[in-house]
Amino acid sequence: MSTVVLLTVTGLGLAALYFLVASGLSLIFGLMGVLNFAHGAFLTIGAYGTWWAAENIPGAGATGWGFVYAVAFGVAVGTLVAAVVELTLIRPLYERHIEQVLVTVGLSLALVALVRAVWGADPRPFPRPELARGTTSLLGANVPNDRFLLIATAIVVLVAVLAFLRFTRFGLVIRAGVENRTMVTALGIDVRRAFTLVFAIGGAFAALAGALGGIYLGSISPGQGTSLLIFAFIVVVIGGMSSITGTAVAAVLVGLVQQFANYYAASGVGDLSVVLLLAVVLLTRPGGLTARLA
Amino acid sequence: MSRNPTRLAPLVVLVVLALLPYSTLQVPGLFDGVLNSPGTLQLIALCLVFGGVALSYDLLFGFTGLLSFGHALYFAAGTYVANLALTELGLGLGAALALTTVVGVVLPLLVGGVALRVSGIAFSMVTLATAQVGSIIVLQDPGGLTGGEEGLAVAREPVPDVFIGVFNTVNKYWLALAYLALVYLVVTLLTRSRAGRVWAAIRENERRVEVLGLKPYPFKLLAFVLAGLLATLGGVVHLLLLGGSTPRVTTTDFTLSLLVMVVLGGAGSRWGAVLGGVLYTYLDSRLTDLAQSPAVQDLPAWLRVPLSEPLFILGALFVVVVFFFPGGIAGLVARLRERRAGRRPGTTPPPDGTTVPGRAVEQLREAAGRGVGVGAGQPRDGV
Repeated sequence: MSTVVLLTVTGLGLAALYFLVASGLSLIFGLMGVLNFAHGAFLTIGAYGTWWAAENIPGAGATGWGFVYAVAFGVAVGTLVAAVVELTLIRPLYERHIEQVLVTVGLSLALVALVRAVWGADPRPFPRPELARGTTSLLGANVPNDRFLLIATAIVVLVAVLAFLRFTRFGLVIRAGVENRTMVTALGIDVRRAFTLVFAIGGAFAALAGALGGIYLGSISPGQGTSLLIFAFIVVVIGGMSSITGTAVAAVLVGLVQQFANYYAASGVGDLSVVLLLAVVLLTRPGGLTARLA
Repeated sequence: MSRNPTRLAPLVVLVVLALLPYSTLQVPGLFDGVLNSPGTLQLIALCLVFGGVALSYDLLFGFTGLLSFGHALYFAAGTYVANLALTELGLGLGAALALTTVVGVVLPLLVGGVALRVSGIAFSMVTLATAQVGSIIVLQDPGGLTGGEEGLAVAREPVPDVFIGVFNTVNKYWLALAYLALVYLVVTLLTRSRAGRVWAAIRENERRVEVLGLKPYPFKLLAFVLAGLLATLGGVVHLLLLGGSTPRVTTTDFTLSLLVMVVLGGAGSRWGAVLGGVLYTYLDSRLTDLAQSPAVQDLPAWLRVPLSEPLFILGALFVVVVFFFPGGIAGLVARLRERRAGRRPGTTPPPDGTTVPGRAVEQLREAAGRGVGVGAGQPRDGV
């Protein structure tokens, strides 16, 4: 029983990480039709930004409020990079989706290589605040606290995004844009401001995922973002490409399947079952879980 | 036929390349040793192999309009299956090649059979995910077979002596050249065949092909299998060239670098894709050397650090090409040629009627617009 509890909570923690990355991807894809390969680079930048701030910025540190400041710095850097990328590189290529994808591919290679050039290819130990170090007893299982931190953050983000989409004017524009961008434009609303906004929000979430992933894995390396990105892509596709709730459900599904199969079968089988899950979902419901039936 | 000199160009290039090992020319700056030194030949051979693999990817991406993110899988299957057949099963080179060819047909047939049921971005994702499976399996090292991160050296006994050792680099070079020539010939014949015209039609407008009464699915599957097979054979040549398999070729980064090669050279153009592959491989290798050279080491840190990573330069170069030269090198050449002929660009039909170099990317836009969940149509933003 305690094993099942531990696996479930760990799987949900992993799902939280996937959700943070995938929610930004699905917002960007839903609104702009761009599959953002540079998202993994945003994650890496957020992780290294947090790590750098914890060591170099006065007031920020590895524990307590200092760590919160460090994470805030990392997220700010990630947001800034994402917004700048959108404004300078994606915006001039509007309505040229393949070129936009190609640009993000080039960026993902270049940005990760830049991080590697500055801080080396070897993993760096990541600060773990004391809050995340201990374990909590839950139904007889000793669950590390960082899992709860991940899950709580993901739930807060999920609720915040849904509230933002539901109750604000920008959220309304984004929701309408996902439905039918042409119509929104025809109504005289400049969707491009919303484009920059979703890119910045996606960058912020990816950077947050980078910082939390650092706590979860204990270390950070330049290639981490890219490997997480592939599973985030799978989550986005299973979730139906442009739905936040669908993405959340798919993230939970993928995280749990991966953890349980990796434990009960063999290491690596979990990753394979996720791919199998993707194939099954796409073959039975080509539009993903949340696709409306025609 | 001979009236058009560009038709003979591939043959001339082939002859020059075949005679290259007899030259003791010193090319300062481009290569370290004389042309027929083993180091230089090895580098050129590597460039030729990746030129061929890039062309096989172009068959999918540039000629048929299928944006696969899993082409690395077939290349990796080639090198690992052939390696295991030689090393573990103790087969001879011929039998190993036959076995690898079978795998090179069956594997893309299975993957493509599933992946092509969906289109647009979903297709890209399925291919990305299946390639990831290959990468995971190789890195997990099941039963100590694949060697995990260490890679896997090929056993020496079953490989014919002519392909072993530094002394025989010239034979490996000719092998690589033969592979590139084979891929070029096959792709040329295929794109001019009836199937090739259907592929071009699918790239232009898949719905129209359906309306004309043809099923796109078997044609797309054919392109997928043939491209996969050609990449698999490239994997075998790569194995003989390096004397082993490396897990680097299983990664997503490798597939992405194939995409970079093709776009750099010009999607939808045969020589463009080959040139892109050659150029990328050459730059990747030479930029690594350059980073260690004193000229770069003495630079101030803000310049030295980015220059020490070839992938940073190549990635940035790629972004520049996508922005300013949408057709890659082939598109640029076509534009210059048209300008010299005094015609307005875009008004002349392509010479062999199958492809316009560099237009593939533009034509793919429409296909991408049809991705899952995107509103139909091509909205123009206000003002």
